[in-house]
Amino acid sequence: MSIDLNARIPNNVDLADDRRLRRALESWQPSFLSWWKDLGPEGSIDYDVYLRTAISVEADGWANFDFVKMPEYRWGIFLAPPEEGRTIPFGEHKGERVWNEVPGEYRAPLRRLIVTQGDTEPASVEQQRLLGLTAPSMYDLRNLFQVNIEEGRHLWAMVYLLHAYFGRDGRDEAESMLERHSGDPDKPRILGAFNEETPDWLSYYMFTFFTDRDGKFQLSSLAESGFDPLARTCRFMLTEEGHHMFIGTTGIARVITRTCEVMKELKTEDPEKIRAAGAIDLATLQRYINFHFSVSLDLFGNELSTNAANYYTAGLKGRYEESKIDDDHQLNNDIYKVILFEDEKIKQSDQNALLAVNERLRDDYIADCQAGVDRWNKILKRNKTDYRFSLPHRGFNRSIGTFSDAKITTDGQVISGVDWSKRSRDWLPTREDREFVRSLMTKAVIEPGKFASWVAPPGRGINGQPLDFEYVRFH
Amino acid sequence: MWGGLASFMNKKSGTFNTPRKESNNVTFQTCPDDYKHWKLSIDGNVARLAMKVNEKVTINSGYELKLNSYDLGVDIELYDATQRLRFEHPEVGCVIISSDYPNVFCAGANIKMLGISSHDHKVNFCKFTNETRNCIEDATNHSYQRYICAINGTAAGGGYELALATDYIMLLDDGSSTISLPELPLLAVLPGTGGLTRLVDKRKVRNDRADVFCTTVEGIRGKRAVEWNLVDEIIPRSKFDKTVFERAKTYADDSDRPRDVAGVKLQELIVFESDNQLNSQHISIKLDRQQNIAEFLITGPEVCSPPTVEDLENLGCDFWPLAIARELDNAIMHLRLNESNIGTWVFRSSGENSKVAAYDDLLYANQNNWLVREIILYLKRTLKRIDISSRSLLTLVEPGSCFSGTLLELVFLSDRSYMLHGMMEGENVPAPTIQLTNMNFGSYPMANGLSRITTRLLGEPEKVENAKKLINSELDAVEADNAGLVTFIPDDIDWDDEVRIAVEERAAFSPDGLSGMEANLRFAGPETIETKIFGRLSAWQNWIFQRPNAVGENGALKLYGTGQRSQFDKQRV
Repeated sequence: MSIDLNARIPNNVDLADDRRLRRALESWQPSFLSWWKDLGPEGSIDYDVYLRTAISVEADGWANFDFVKMPEYRWGIFLAPPEEGRTIPFGEHKGERVWNEVPGEYRAPLRRLIVTQGDTEPASVEQQRLLGLTAPSMYDLRNLFQVNIEEGRHLWAMVYLLHAYFGRDGRDEAESMLERHSGDPDKPRILGAFNEETPDWLSYYMFTFFTDRDGKFQLSSLAESGFDPLARTCRFMLTEEGHHMFIGTTGIARVITRTCEVMKELKTEDPEKIRAAGAIDLATLQRYINFHFSVSLDLFGNELSTNAANYYTAGLKGRYEESKIDDDHQLNNDIYKVILFEDEKIKQSDQNALLAVNERLRDDYIADCQAGVDRWNKILKRNKTDYRFSLPHRGFNRSIGTFSDAKITTDGQVISGVDWSKRSRDWLPTREDREFVRSLMTKAVIEPGKFASWVAPPGRGINGQPLDFEYVRFH
Repeated sequence: MWGGLASFMNKKSGTFNTPRKESNNVTFQTCPDDYKHWKLSIDGNVARLAMKVNEKVTINSGYELKLNSYDLGVDIELYDATQRLRFEHPEVGCVIISSDYPNVFCAGANIKMLGISSHDHKVNFCKFTNETRNCIEDATNHSYQRYICAINGTAAGGGYELALATDYIMLLDDGSSTISLPELPLLAVLPGTGGLTRLVDKRKVRNDRADVFCTTVEGIRGKRAVEWNLVDEIIPRSKFDKTVFERAKTYADDSDRPRDVAGVKLQELIVFESDNQLNSQHISIKLDRQQNIAEFLITGPEVCSPPTVEDLENLGCDFWPLAIARELDNAIMHLRLNESNIGTWVFRSSGENSKVAAYDDLLYANQNNWLVREIILYLKRTLKRIDISSRSLLTLVEPGSCFSGTLLELVFLSDRSYMLHGMMEGENVPAPTIQLTNMNFGSYPMANGLSRITTRLLGEPEKVENAKKLINSELDAVEADNAGLVTFIPDDIDWDDEVRIAVEERAAFSPDGLSGMEANLRFAGPETIETKIFGRLSAWQNWIFQRPNAVGENGALKLYGTGQRSQFDKQRV
């Protein structure tokens, strides 16, 4: 039985004429669908969801809205249009024409990069599969599904690269991405953060703000790659990733807005009274920020990394906005200031910039997160509240890299393990915090236009639709 | 000569044990309580040897032992553990090698260490680690203490080579635990700790698949690792620890080792080291730094008759054959690593042939006793260590010597031996004799699987048969010469000159040329995995270690970790 894949898979990669690729994807597609049915959003198979589908890479093509049953979603394969005469922007091949085939010597590391990135995409769908049952509104439910479906598409994008460029090994890796599952003790996802569950909607907003933002920076650095199909794929994915972070940024903003409303109504800043009124107090939000920021920092890896340096020199993975950086893009003799934990102290020192490529990406990420925090603080200021959110110190609560051996407070003081165990509950969500948050989210709010007690409605609906639009039709 | 030593005998160790403060010498003595990198635990008849390398504790400066990578110090502990498991734990029938870090089994030899080490340190390091892996195989094959490996994370390079030395390899099947030999693509060198050889010769992995495996940086995991016979079994995480222990238990229960005896504690070896001396209870070594000679004097057993086998466990380390094995082992390791300028080792002995022979008879008659078996195996390994030392070996059979049986092996392993014909004029000591025992005919096989006497007389097998008839006869120089057992038999008029010229001539030759020549002449006869590892693999590795593609300014070893790419000279040599 042949499936007309070209019709089912919108693409700009000539799928119709590529027999080899078609054959490969035909065998993978059923596995993908069965994975989606087993581990995609719980109970959602028959819902008609108001989704955006990318059908081409043109300005008007990537955002087509319509009601779709998710298993019938047309997961497309799109690469940003090729740039005429593009050259490799960094590393020792800088200035050479970009590769349109995988260079033999870089086959293994490139595959590794793609697999590591690809593995995170289905992982987050798995992490979030139960959230639909406690959605704070139909609007949020639709957004959750949009993100899920797009993570699925990002998986497709990575699988396309594996199938198209990496032969049998690539196909095996594509299979494995459906065999590993988030939190599975026997076959866990590759990166630790993607094996943690996303237990509630506050965590979900935090995840889309902090952890998906890591994705943005990883994709941005892969979008610089000398392997052009990877660069073009990632550039297209970035447009969608932007939407995921929008959910996080606005989601947290809406929670803060709601809390401020309650504080104003009750004329109190007492967390207990705020909680009693069904909103989430600001200190709890800060603890969630501390947690999600610190675990996301770990995703950038070690401060000084030979692998990252090798990827850079080889021209496989660049820095964030490589072309806007004013240097030689080879870094053979450059230095970069890196904050490390040495001799029980936090110290900044000059390090080989090549080895510090990860750290630079982390620095860029921290600056981007700070911009989001600043926006939230404007809400507090507008509401005449003195409280301000802040990002914890980069060494706080880390398990990877130089700080993993240290106990560091949110404001960057080195403390003992004993002090840490006494005080960490002031900085990280406690069991009581999590139970309280979960208690606000016992069942989904599914009436169009209604919102849960702990979150304000958004400023506007999706694609110009009103807030009480029926974004999801249940059957 | 022994007077100076006596006063040290009761003191807790000489300077040798704490040499790092006073010299740069490496010490080979340690014990489980002092391990920095391994944890040895015992559960019934199963032992677990878990690697958890302390990255800050290194044998030289300039590198950190990240990700369970190792340097010589880590391997010295591993060697110590294998020795203690044999002698101190007769009850242990199976040893699990694993890691105490999550997701990392072992990353192999530390690359930074290799990059900054001198050539001779690299060679010595590789030789020692190779010997340790052979010890592990020897325990599995001959001590019935079976080593198995539980790879609970990434095993790269030397990490997987360590696994290859064990008898059964289990790999965690979690989608990310991989095994790999990335030396060639990553570092432009070889998996030289037996990796290439064991892959195709021991595990009989198809050579085309081995080619793929050894050029794939990220390695292989899961089902394919089993299909290609790179591992024996893959086990999911939820069942891993339980399955590993079950396997170990099954193997342990199969062992013939006794469970109801106490074992022999390997007490700290007492060694006195000074600038030009290295003395222990039965071996004194004088270093002649002018001529670059180490003069060994080995003392035979002093008691008139050997103990009975029942007394052995009580005697423990004081039992002469075990004491000799330990002292010789330690001395060889020390001289190889810390005295690389000393190019010639000269062996002499002092004692009575009959006493050595009596001990040999005890060993031979009780070779199925677990402890006797261990002692014979230890002597075998120690003699093999001498075989592959890149030093010129000379044995002098002089009046008062006791080159009998086990000690006669020193005559056979030497590149040349000189035996005095007759007595020294003006001395009262009778002319020297040598004596063959049963132990010379197969108890101490060389790496080629043959006894030393068979190897030496490879072209005259009838002489080996003839020699068997001479067992326990005291042979004078002429008889020894006729039997093909010694090289030259000068009389007392020629003796001094002959010996002096032999030593001086040796000292004048190129050390490299000598090492190469000796290594090629010593191992006549068939190839085995061991001869291939030490002859072929190590030789290629040592060549590659000298080449600019590995160690030049832009060589892969030098640039590893900098993020810069090596520039290869593309010429095939």
